[in-house]
Amino acid sequence: MQTAKGDAPVTLPGAKPSFIRRVRNASSFGIVAILVVMSAILSVSTSQFLTSENLLSVFRQFSFIGIMAIGQVMVIITGGIDLSVGSVFAFAGVTSAFAMTKLDLGVPVGLLVGIVSGLAFGLMNGLFVTKLRLPPFIATLGTLSIARGLSYALTGGFPIPDLPPAFKFMGQGYISVIPFPVILLVVLGLIFTFFLRQTIMGRRIYATGSNEEAARVSGVNTSNIKILVFALSGVLAGIAGMATAARLGVAQSTAGVGYEMDAIAAAIIGGASVTGGVGTVLGCILGAAIMGVLKNGLILLSVSAYWQQTVIGVVIIIAVTFDLFRQRSRMGK
Amino acid sequence: MIQELLRVERVNKTFPGVHALKDVSLKIGRGAVLALVGENGAGKSTLMNVLSGIHQKDSGKIFIEGREVTIHSPLHSQHLGLSIIHQELNLVPHFSVAENIFVGQEKKRGGIFLDRTRTLREAKTVLDRVGLAIDPNVLVRTLSIAQRQMIEIAKALSRNAKLIVMDEPTSSISGREIERLFRIIRDLKANDVSVIFISHKLEEVFAIADRIAVMRDGEMIGELDSKQSTPDAVIQMMVGREITDIFPKTATGTAEELFEVRNLVRAGQKQPLSFSLRRGEILGFSGLVGAGRSELLQAIFGIDAHESGEILLEGKPVRIGSPKDAIGLGIGFVPEDRKLKGLMLGLAVRDNISIASLDKISRRGVVRNGAERISVDEFIQKLRIKTSGRDQLALHLSGGNQQKVVLAKWLAIRPKILIVDEPTRGVDVGAKKEIHAILDMLAGEGVAIIMISSELPEILGMSDRIIVMHEGQITGELLRREATQEKILTLALSRETA
Repeated sequence: MQTAKGDAPVTLPGAKPSFIRRVRNASSFGIVAILVVMSAILSVSTSQFLTSENLLSVFRQFSFIGIMAIGQVMVIITGGIDLSVGSVFAFAGVTSAFAMTKLDLGVPVGLLVGIVSGLAFGLMNGLFVTKLRLPPFIATLGTLSIARGLSYALTGGFPIPDLPPAFKFMGQGYISVIPFPVILLVVLGLIFTFFLRQTIMGRRIYATGSNEEAARVSGVNTSNIKILVFALSGVLAGIAGMATAARLGVAQSTAGVGYEMDAIAAAIIGGASVTGGVGTVLGCILGAAIMGVLKNGLILLSVSAYWQQTVIGVVIIIAVTFDLFRQRSRMGK
Repeated sequence: MIQELLRVERVNKTFPGVHALKDVSLKIGRGAVLALVGENGAGKSTLMNVLSGIHQKDSGKIFIEGREVTIHSPLHSQHLGLSIIHQELNLVPHFSVAENIFVGQEKKRGGIFLDRTRTLREAKTVLDRVGLAIDPNVLVRTLSIAQRQMIEIAKALSRNAKLIVMDEPTSSISGREIERLFRIIRDLKANDVSVIFISHKLEEVFAIADRIAVMRDGEMIGELDSKQSTPDAVIQMMVGREITDIFPKTATGTAEELFEVRNLVRAGQKQPLSFSLRRGEILGFSGLVGAGRSELLQAIFGIDAHESGEILLEGKPVRIGSPKDAIGLGIGFVPEDRKLKGLMLGLAVRDNISIASLDKISRRGVVRNGAERISVDEFIQKLRIKTSGRDQLALHLSGGNQQKVVLAKWLAIRPKILIVDEPTRGVDVGAKKEIHAILDMLAGEGVAIIMISSELPEILGMSDRIIVMHEGQITGELLRREATQEKILTLALSRETA
C-alpha cells in the first residue's frame, strides 16, 4: 500500500522504479540514514556500543516509548495530538498492580484492568474531541491531569511493589536472548503497520487526517475514526505503562511524567506531520530508536547528565529539519 | 468643480490562463449611482479589485477627478477616496462599533495613546450621517447584517470616500432594511458621493441606479439609462453571445423516474423544494451564485441537515443523514470546491480514487492491493487521467486531472445517481470536453446526473432538463428544446418567463 507520503517515481506510469530509487524515495530513508550515521559514529568512538548486550539493552530501553509512539502517531495522522499518554501510562500501571496485589485478582485480570484503564481514557479523549468538539490539545491536557490525579488518589502516593513474577516477565523476561519488551514492540509494530497500510480503517485514518471534510464527503465517519485512534493510543499507553511497571517490579503513580513529549517527538522525528495525513509506524519506532541510541551514546561517552537533555533537543531539531527539507523538495517537484 | 469623478479607460487585466478584463472603460459622475451587472465571471469583481488596489491593472488608465492615478494598494485607494464594501463585510466582530469605524486610522493622543473620547465622538457623528442610532460601544458581533452594512458605510464615510462600491449589498438583507439602504444611498447622492452598486437583482438596480453598466466575459458591453430602459434589454446585453453546440451529447434520458425530492426544507430555511429525476437524464441546475443550488444538493447528499421533506429512491422513501447513507444508496457527489471537499491533496491518486469504494476492493476489512491496482488503473485509463503513476500525489496534478480523479472516486462506487457541482470549474478546455464526454457516457449507461453549473453554454449543451433557482426557490423548469440563455437568465433573476 502506499503510505501517505507516497513515492513519486519518474518512470513510466505503473512501472516499478528501480530498487535503489525506491529505497531513496521511501519516506523513512532520512531517519534510517541518521540512525545509521549515529550508530557508526558511536561504534567508532566507544568500544561498548556495538556489543549485543548494549544494543539489546538500548532496544529494550526505547521500546516502552516506542509502544506509546505507535498510538501517538495514529492520533497525529488524524490531525490530533494526545498529551495524556504519560499519565495514562502511570494510571494503567497502578490500576493493574492494584488489582493484582491489593485485590488479588491474578495476572490475567491485572492485564485486563490495565488495558481497560487505557481504553477508558482513550474513549474519554475521543468523546471530548468529537462530541464536545474540544481541540485535542485541550481535551488531552485535561485528561492528563485527571489520570495523574487518579493515580495519586489510588496509591496515596506510595509505590505498589511485589508484583507477581508472571507479570514481571513482561518487562524483565527474555525469549532466547531477546528482551520481552522488544518482542512486544516488534509484534505491536507489525500489527499496526499492517493495520494502517492494509485495512479499510487504516485508509480512513489517513483520509481523515489529510482532509477531514473531503473524507466526510467521501463517506468516512470521521468522528468514529477519531474516537478509534484516541482509544488505541490509550490502550497502547496502558500496555507500555504495565510493561514498565513490570520491568521495575514496582508500579508508581509518578511514572511516565513527560513521556508524552518523547512519544510525540518520536512520531515527529519519524516523519509524522502535525497537520495530519502523514506518518508511519516504522517511522515512529525509528524515531524512538534515534532518541534511545542518542541517550545511550551520551552515557557511554560519559557526557554529563545535565548536557544530555540539551543534546537530545538539538538532535531532534536537526533530524526533523533534515527530513522536512527532503520532503519539501519532493513536494515541490 | 469637475463633474466627472471616476474614469476608467481601456483597462486590461490578465491572470494565468484568463483574460479577465478586456479594454474595459467606465465613467461615473459626482453624486451618481451606477449599477454594475453581469453574470458570474463577467469581470465585475476583478474590476472592483483593480479600483480598490487589490490587483494592478496590466494596461489602461484610471482618472480620479480628471487626474490620472496609479492605484498601488488598498490603502492608497482609500486615500484617493475610493471605498469598497465587500459582500463578506470586513468588520472585526470582537471590536466595538467605534473601534471598527476607525480601524487602521485610529484617533490618537500624543502619537501612541488611543483617544477614546474622540473616537466615540466622531463615531457618533458619522453614525448620525448614515442614520444608524446605535451605541458606538456595542460590540459588532451582536449586530445584524443590515446594521453591520451601515457600519461599513459609516466607515467609508469616515474616510471621506468620494466613491463607495457596494458588492451585492442586498444579498443578506430584505424589505425594510433594503429601503433604509436605498435611503442612505440617496442621501449620499445628495452629498455628492458616488455609488457603484453591484447586484444581480434587477428590480433593485432599476429602483436605485441612474445608469446601468453591463459586463460580459470581461468586456464592458454597454451602459443604459435606467429610466429609459427595461430589464429585458439588460438581460439581452448580459447574454448576447453565440451558442455553438460543441458538446458531444448523445444520450437523451429516459422517462423512468428514479429519484424524487418532496418538499425539502433546508435547515434554517423556509421554502420547501421539490423536483424529480429520471434514469439516464442530465438535470441541469442553473441560477446565479447564492441561489441555493449547492446548498440544496448538499442537503440531499447528507452533508448538511434538512428540517423536513421526503426523499424517494425508486419509489421508496429513504433516509439520508450523512454522506455515508447517500453513498450506500448509490449516490455520488462531486463538490464545487475540489480542494476543500473533493480531494486529499497529500495522498496519492490511488488513495483518492479508492477512498469511497474501499469495501469493493477489500475482503473482511483488508484491502486487496491487486484489486485496488486494477480498479485504479481502469479509471486512470477510462478517464484519461494524466499522471505519472497511481502513486503520484494528487497535489501535483493539474486542475483538470484533479477533477477527473474526483470523478473517478465517484464512478468507483458504481453510482445510480451522480451529483456534479460546477464540474468544469477551473478546468482547461481539453479536459472540459473530456469531462462532458464522460458525463454523457454515464447518462447513456443509465446513470442519472444532476449538474449544477453557472456557465450557461454548459447548462444548455448538456442538460435534458433545466431547473432554475433564485434566492432559495425554484423559479422554473425548462426542457432542452425550449431553453434559451435569455429564458434561463430571466428565471435566474426571478422574473417570470415571457
